[in-house]
Amino acid sequence: MKIVMAIIKPFKLDEVRDALTAAGVHGMTVTEVKGYGRQKGHTEIYRGTEYAVNFLPKIKIEVAVPSEQADKVVEAITAAAKTGQIGDGKIFVFDIDHAVRIRTGETDAAAL
Amino acid sequence: MTLKTLTRAGLAALAGAAAAALLAEPTLAQTAPAAAAAPDIAVNKGDNAWMMTATVLVLLMTIPGLALFYAGLVRPKNALSVLTHVFYTVCIVTVIWVIYGYSLAFTGGSAFIGGFDKLFLKGVTAESKAATFSVGVNITEYVYICFQMTFAAITPALIVGAFAERMKFSAVAIFIPLWVTLIYFPIAHMVWYWAGPDAIDAAAKAVAAAGDDAAKKAAQTKLDEVLADAGQVFLWGAIDFAGGTVVHINSGIAGLVGALVVGKRTGYGKDLMPPHSLVMTMIGASLLWVGWFGFNAGSNLEAVGGAPLAMINSFVATAAAALSWMFAEWITKGKPSLLGALSGCVAGLVAVTPASGFAGPMGALVLGLIAGAVCLFFVSTIKNMFGYDDALDVFGIHCIGGIVGAILTGVLVAPALGGTGIMDYTTGKIADYDFVTQVWAQIKAVVMTLLWSGIGSFIIYKVVDYTVGLRPAIDQEREGLDLTDHGERAYNM
Repeated sequence: MKIVMAIIKPFKLDEVRDALTAAGVHGMTVTEVKGYGRQKGHTEIYRGTEYAVNFLPKIKIEVAVPSEQADKVVEAITAAAKTGQIGDGKIFVFDIDHAVRIRTGETDAAAL
Repeated sequence: MTLKTLTRAGLAALAGAAAAALLAEPTLAQTAPAAAAAPDIAVNKGDNAWMMTATVLVLLMTIPGLALFYAGLVRPKNALSVLTHVFYTVCIVTVIWVIYGYSLAFTGGSAFIGGFDKLFLKGVTAESKAATFSVGVNITEYVYICFQMTFAAITPALIVGAFAERMKFSAVAIFIPLWVTLIYFPIAHMVWYWAGPDAIDAAAKAVAAAGDDAAKKAAQTKLDEVLADAGQVFLWGAIDFAGGTVVHINSGIAGLVGALVVGKRTGYGKDLMPPHSLVMTMIGASLLWVGWFGFNAGSNLEAVGGAPLAMINSFVATAAAALSWMFAEWITKGKPSLLGALSGCVAGLVAVTPASGFAGPMGALVLGLIAGAVCLFFVSTIKNMFGYDDALDVFGIHCIGGIVGAILTGVLVAPALGGTGIMDYTTGKIADYDFVTQVWAQIKAVVMTLLWSGIGSFIIYKVVDYTVGLRPAIDQEREGLDLTDHGERAYNM
């Protein structure tokens, strides 16, 4: 089992969600985050004071999938989230040791 | 000097009676016997109704207008503390005002401060009347008391913006009553206290009616006494319609001094401290604009004459200043900002405050254009040049805007420029206008306010610092004053 964690541009969320549904993933966790990589921030000016804002808003999506589906899911996210501009984001894949569905107590593959 | 007790028969009698004569010692007042009884002036219901409305509008300016304007500009962890500073100020000043504030500001005493004749509003009843700026027109004294009370409340409330986010509530709680007593009441007295048009008119008519030389001499002495029964700045001939000096320069310089004494916010210049909600600030600024019509037009004390003039000026100068700031910012910084437009709006309102009942609308337009640009210059270029942390630009907008307005009032009052000119109540006609005389009087008023408030506020800040201390501990400041001072969060989301 793998967690696929993707950091994407916020406006791409709906497209990525649709792509994941098409890829057979029916659950996800979404967080609003801030961050930067190579994309530079911007400057905000309030009265006389300038603020260099380096942290940009992003969306983090986490999905838990069976290991054999991980590559397909990564491809689906990449295709949906890509704009070609700096700041498109990154995807990381983690191992899951154990998974449980709380309502029924099912574990591992049955819990995903 | 002997103190004689004088039974006050209400302000209608006061209007016709002599107020206490001015003497060298500020603490003793020799009261003169009542002059020939003046006709009992009926209160005009329309004027009274307008003044009650104006009073409530000014309260709206402070809560929630100013409160929201300021709260939106600070970080979320301090928003509640700012709201509390403003709300507390309204409450404590209200209580102080009716106990001794009104008496100190608006009764006779010396040229610098009034007396305790109306301590606990002694002698004031529901039938008591207050003079306006027209002979024979009165409003209810309770309404006048409330109206002036809202001014006494908003002035110290303005100051808290300068030291926002790093002054303890206990310090603010002590500072406000001390400041309003030692700084606001004297300046309000000096600028606005006078015997009133009814008293002057009656004394002038007595001179004209006097038969022989002895009677004329006595009547003239009486008239001189009545004219001398006024605050020092008023006696200099300075004019301030709604409080450019009393409210704005006063609070502005007190704010700057406070910002300097308490020091910069921890992390200033490094940490990100942008306004947390310009939506809130816009709501606050809009409420300020709407409420300001009570502030300016209400300062005429009647619903006609200077009031409609103040109304139109409060539209025109404000809009002009907002546009002036916005466009100046667009040109110099590349983008026009909402905060700039709102700040310009407030700057325009501040600048037109002393001029509102004196300048013509086109004069107000020019005043607004100038005030917007000048205040922008001060809150950006000057502030960054000197590096002081006037958190919410109380100095740059209120002090500087007030100075621009106060001095230009001396120019724009000229009838040649569309102004009203200044009424001479001894003759009942508009006095001749002299540019140098008037502008010089305005400058003296500005300097007096800057010195009295600047030096006096400094002393009060120091006293508070040595007693309860001004600043919170650094980790408390970092955590946020909402939690550390008030045990609350502005936002629980």
